[in-house]
Amino acid sequence: MKVILVTGRSLKQGMGLELGKFSDTYYRSGVACEMNPEDMKELGLGSGGFVKVMSDHGEVVLRAVEASEEVPHGMIFIPYGPWVNLVVRSETQGTGMPSYKGIEVEVETVGESDIPNVEELVKLFGR
Amino acid sequence: MEIVTSVVCPFCGCLCDDLEVVVKEGKIVNVRKGCAYSLTKFLNYTEDRLTEPMVMKEGKHVNVRIDEAVKRAAQILVEAVYPMLYGWSSTSSEAQRVGIELAEEVGGVIDNTSTVCHGPTVEAFQEMGHVSCTLGQVKNRADLIIYWASNPLQSHLRHMSRYTIGAAGRWRKCRDDRTLVVVDVRKTYTAKVADYFVQVEPNADYELMAALRMAIKQEEIEQETVAGVPVEHIEELANLMIGCEFGILFYGLGLTMSSGKNRNLDAAISLVRDLNSRTKFVMMPMRGHFNVCGANKTSLWQTGYPFAVDFSHGYPRYNPGVTSAVDLLHRNESDAALIISSDPLTNFPKGAAASLIEDPMIVIDPHKTVTTDMADVFIPSTFVGIECKGTAYRMDGVPLKMRKVIEPPDGCLSDEGILRMILEEVRRLKGGK
Repeated sequence: MKVILVTGRSLKQGMGLELGKFSDTYYRSGVACEMNPEDMKELGLGSGGFVKVMSDHGEVVLRAVEASEEVPHGMIFIPYGPWVNLVVRSETQGTGMPSYKGIEVEVETVGESDIPNVEELVKLFGR
Repeated sequence: MEIVTSVVCPFCGCLCDDLEVVVKEGKIVNVRKGCAYSLTKFLNYTEDRLTEPMVMKEGKHVNVRIDEAVKRAAQILVEAVYPMLYGWSSTSSEAQRVGIELAEEVGGVIDNTSTVCHGPTVEAFQEMGHVSCTLGQVKNRADLIIYWASNPLQSHLRHMSRYTIGAAGRWRKCRDDRTLVVVDVRKTYTAKVADYFVQVEPNADYELMAALRMAIKQEEIEQETVAGVPVEHIEELANLMIGCEFGILFYGLGLTMSSGKNRNLDAAISLVRDLNSRTKFVMMPMRGHFNVCGANKTSLWQTGYPFAVDFSHGYPRYNPGVTSAVDLLHRNESDAALIISSDPLTNFPKGAAASLIEDPMIVIDPHKTVTTDMADVFIPSTFVGIECKGTAYRMDGVPLKMRKVIEPPDGCLSDEGILRMILEEVRRLKGGK
């Protein structure tokens, strides 16, 4: 399913920043893909189901949840964090600012997957 | 038990300055008047705390004395051809000032986190100027509040109660004295308490503002909808804006991070300018980190530019998209980095983050982060506004003095103190060449 990805601040994500980047609160907020319930139904997703989000620049597996704040059909919301940054491109179109919002992505249902924690995730970057 | 009053909150750009922090036996045990973020910060700031300087040796962090860490940091910066000094929004303006001096000394780029939040805002302000006010004026005078692409009930928790619809001002005393409009791509919690909610299509804010400008000028819009919004709603909103006595446009990253970016801000500035020919209207970005506004202000009065300042030619240059942090990393141009009070490995797009750790990295931070884990040199610092004093700028550009509430751990210095040590060592090394 093609959707528009919006990333942003959520209360849990913001509190997770202060509880620590290695905290469970930060992890749980960052791996939540908030979706419209109709879209979840169309993809056969229950709450907590695994969903792969793919852009031209990368992909990431997250847990689908019904959006706490309404998102319209065809949109997903993912709180800021290193997980969603896997699908955000570094090219800024000469502005200095990456596009963290309004990104065209594709989502599909996947089977149960291991979602790396923040330490495991950064190891994927190299060094 | 001691109660420290008039404490300024070191979380977001609201810089709420009325907190009461309860200290018992040298520890913070409660915070009164604070929001959920404030409480979480003050009660958990010791989590993942690091207090020993470290250097990376054979792939492992080894504790060292601070003078050894400072020497290694200075050596990395002096040996680099094009170092990047990044972060700066969660520290004091005094530290920011020393950072700029250091960037000039090593011929590097200094960029702050506004580069990935309100960078397009300050870029547009540089180009076009803008009309604004203080939050006190909003509280006392504003009868029309617009939050555009901003969701303060998730991001700036006391903004509405202190300054807008929940605030009792001199001339606007209650909720009925103000009208609240929310423009967003989602029906957020903030949208649910608005008098008017305008749901704009993603990446179409520019179009909606252009249409609003036409409606304000009473020009005919030859469409049924613009940016997903029926024209009659656009005209209704335009009339509301023209009809107010004192309107304010608060806006968030939905404008800076989606298509259009700084051009969205050009449109917003033009919209507010047009409105001022009919009534009184001002605008203000909702700033995130508690001193990101200060990072821009300090950079402006020190170099003439608000962020992404390049000293490689010996004088300050500024060209967002070229001299900005993510672009430098995307093109693999920088060859070392000093990161202060920031965690770019979790905030930057993957490509930029991966590029950052290819080169030597110095990190100054009070606690363990993903970026400190990868540092070649790590120096622990103190929390501004909790363990040390310092100046911070509120989102409306008003500077406030952050208070020291509690003693820092033994041996931990302020960001400003650490930077001065590195600067001194850099000058010593350069003088010896």
